[in-house]
Amino acid sequence: MALLQLSEPGESPDPHQQRLAVGIDLGTTNSLVATIRHAVPECLAGDGCGIILPSVVRYQKDGSTIVGQAALAAQTIDPRNTIASVKRLMGRGLADADAGMRGRYDLVDTGDMVRINTVAGQRTPVEVSSEILRVLRERAEASLGDELVGAVITVPAYFDDAQRQATKDAARLAGLNVLRLLNEPTAAAIAYGLDEGAEGIYAVYDLGGGTFDFSILRLSRGVFEVMATSGDSSLGGDDFDEALAAWLHKKASGVDLDCSKSRALLVEARRVKEALTLSAECVARVPVAADGIKDVTITLGEFHELTQALVERTLQPVRKALRDAALKVADIQAVVLVGGATRMPHVRSAVAKMFGREPYTDIDPDKVVAIGAAIQANVLAGNRRPGEDWLLLDVIPLSLGLEMMGGLTEKIIPRNSTIPVSKAQDFTTYKDGQSAMAIHVVQGERELVQDCRSLARFELRGIPPMPAGGARIRVTFQVDADGLLSVSAREQTTGVESHVTVKPSYGLSDDEITGMLKAGFEHAAEDMQARALREQQVEAERLIEAARQALIEDAGLLSSNEQAGIEAAIKRLGELNLGNDHLAIKAGIDALSASTGELAARRMDKAIRQALTGNRIDALPL
Amino acid sequence: MQEYFSLFGLPERFAIDPAQLEVAYRNVQAQVHPDRFAHRPEAERRVAMQWATLANEAFRTLKNPLARARYLLSRRGVEIDAERNNGMSHAFLMQQMEWRESVEEAADDAEALQRLERDLARDERVMLDDVKHAIDEEVDLVQASELVRRLMFMEKLRREIDEALALLEN
Ligand SMILES: Nc1ncnc2c1ncn2[C@@H]1O[C@H](COP(=O)(O)OP(=O)(O)OP(=O)(O)O)[C@@H](O)[C@H]1O
Ligand SMILES: [Mg+2]
Repeated sequence: MALLQLSEPGESPDPHQQRLAVGIDLGTTNSLVATIRHAVPECLAGDGCGIILPSVVRYQKDGSTIVGQAALAAQTIDPRNTIASVKRLMGRGLADADAGMRGRYDLVDTGDMVRINTVAGQRTPVEVSSEILRVLRERAEASLGDELVGAVITVPAYFDDAQRQATKDAARLAGLNVLRLLNEPTAAAIAYGLDEGAEGIYAVYDLGGGTFDFSILRLSRGVFEVMATSGDSSLGGDDFDEALAAWLHKKASGVDLDCSKSRALLVEARRVKEALTLSAECVARVPVAADGIKDVTITLGEFHELTQALVERTLQPVRKALRDAALKVADIQAVVLVGGATRMPHVRSAVAKMFGREPYTDIDPDKVVAIGAAIQANVLAGNRRPGEDWLLLDVIPLSLGLEMMGGLTEKIIPRNSTIPVSKAQDFTTYKDGQSAMAIHVVQGERELVQDCRSLARFELRGIPPMPAGGARIRVTFQVDADGLLSVSAREQTTGVESHVTVKPSYGLSDDEITGMLKAGFEHAAEDMQARALREQQVEAERLIEAARQALIEDAGLLSSNEQAGIEAAIKRLGELNLGNDHLAIKAGIDALSASTGELAARRMDKAIRQALTGNRIDALPL
Repeated sequence: MQEYFSLFGLPERFAIDPAQLEVAYRNVQAQVHPDRFAHRPEAERRVAMQWATLANEAFRTLKNPLARARYLLSRRGVEIDAERNNGMSHAFLMQQMEWRESVEEAADDAEALQRLERDLARDERVMLDDVKHAIDEEVDLVQASELVRRLMFMEKLRREIDEALALLEN
């Protein structure tokens, strides 16, 4: 990477000062945070509890929250306000929310993102998730002794755009700088591949509490290349619990239970399910009406029989991914199992049978995703060590497209395209004088729009009057390295433009996030202000220095206007930096960054061109 | 717009060494991928994303022989319209119909479908060889585009067979 040493003076990472970054596995059931300390990945433990934080949030009347083990324990006494498995609601409207979740909580239909009624008021799944992330951020900061530069948050590979966007919003709301959203099976592959120095084609079968992912990766000479991914973002251990709970309930009484008892039943079902992994038989203590408990004995065979269909459901995506990657079972060198639900013997044997070999379970399936995320976070934060030269090439899990006339889907970017990826397609008007065009962005594989997930709708307005078929409207899809989509539309002959980042229908708007963050900061202590001031001053100095340097080195890339603009911004920030208003300094920093942004982009582009030219000469056979 | 072959330092020809293409692609991604710039200012991250996007598109295009042929033809001013099939020989149009019928007949016979797929793939290989000849040696762009148009049809048919097979599998 010597060719791309773009570091401005004072910004090159000091080798003795590692920039603190973490990886977070935000699970349906369990969440973890990990980091790299002294070159070793490590999951961080909380104060007085282990490394695993149960993904459960309990809301209280005064608006405060309890997160983790204590909330998990409160499930049966306060079931409505104690939210578990919130990940199953991320990026969902009420209509497509999981049935189990609908029964357990008081969900509110708001037209777009579903909300949950609690004693503390309505909460979005994004807010609930952010509570979990906040606890993990605080845990990391306490344990590492400083603020974080950023975090890599993992998401199920099969998460669609709305679910990814919701996750990113939750992280921002928790005060985290998101370095990257990373697919969970890919994270596992990184942890695994770097640990074992593996080469070849690997499959990752990840059955967690709420989601199922299956990814096929090729590992070769330091490149992790995802060949295909598929899954089911609402299939996991939770479904086994529900199936077992229904069975136990029928055996015991079949009489309707109140809210708290049915939650107790679910908790018991999970206990029994996990116990059956170790023993061939188990006595379930099944709650029945009033204060009763009825003992029901269940054998491993019975459990397998009643959940075999769920195991079968995981094999369909497995076949699909193999087909998409144009591979046969025999081409897969090894299958790695990830996720707590893969501890179940019938899951293991189904995988073993499908692939004709025993799957790998060497790395702790609870930790492997967080560790992979931490390794990635460390590198993204700029702590790449000499020789640490691996690269990750991931894909989008579901095709992205547009609604066409007659409610048909037109695929623009097919699933399993390597990201970042962009595609443009031209459309035209179908009526004389048509002045607007509605653009409906969808995700999924089905022919009919109604069977796909609607991501966003927007309208290109102001098309000048032209006969039908006269306009050239170019719609461009860009998917970034997080797998997040933005869409723009532009009338080619007149340049009328419209742009959306695909988020409004299921995420939070930027304003909402800023508002929520502000509300949080208002309660912050004074010393935080002092710290913020110090930080902004240092940042301002660094930026001024870098901008001056750039003006000297790259004056040729700038018009005299641009040069004058940057000089003015430097002067203004210099003045602000003498004062002690950290918000004003921040504004000055933003202004200078904005005025140098174009220069930075051109410098970068120039540097890349030079680097690639050097590269080409090396690569050409002589 | 950056030209694809030169991005990878390869000669602009249909005949390509897939291993060399792959190495070149990885080299480029290693330099431009956004993961290398995640800690850098927004402007640099944006430029990195654009380059990485371009590298992915270039690789996808050059890796696939049919896409590569279309790209080479479009560089030479020959755009191929997928929708029209005028100018196709009568014999090929007849053949198309026969293939379609065979696929429909075999719709629930996995073995027959696989056999059809193998036959198609074999024919495609032969035709791609002709494409190589027409573009790299003879420079007969008319013939090349006729072949490409047939190949596009055959690729579409093969996708349909794949879908039928997928349905059978589940
Ligand atoms: N011994 C066991 N036997 C059976 N199931 C188990 C066992 N241990 C854990 N599980 C199940 O694994 C699930 C949790 O797995 P994990 O922690 O990997 O999920 P997660 O990462 O929180 O969820 P996801 O990845 O789907 O978002 C729960 O359903 C739990 O009951
Ligand atoms: Mg998980």
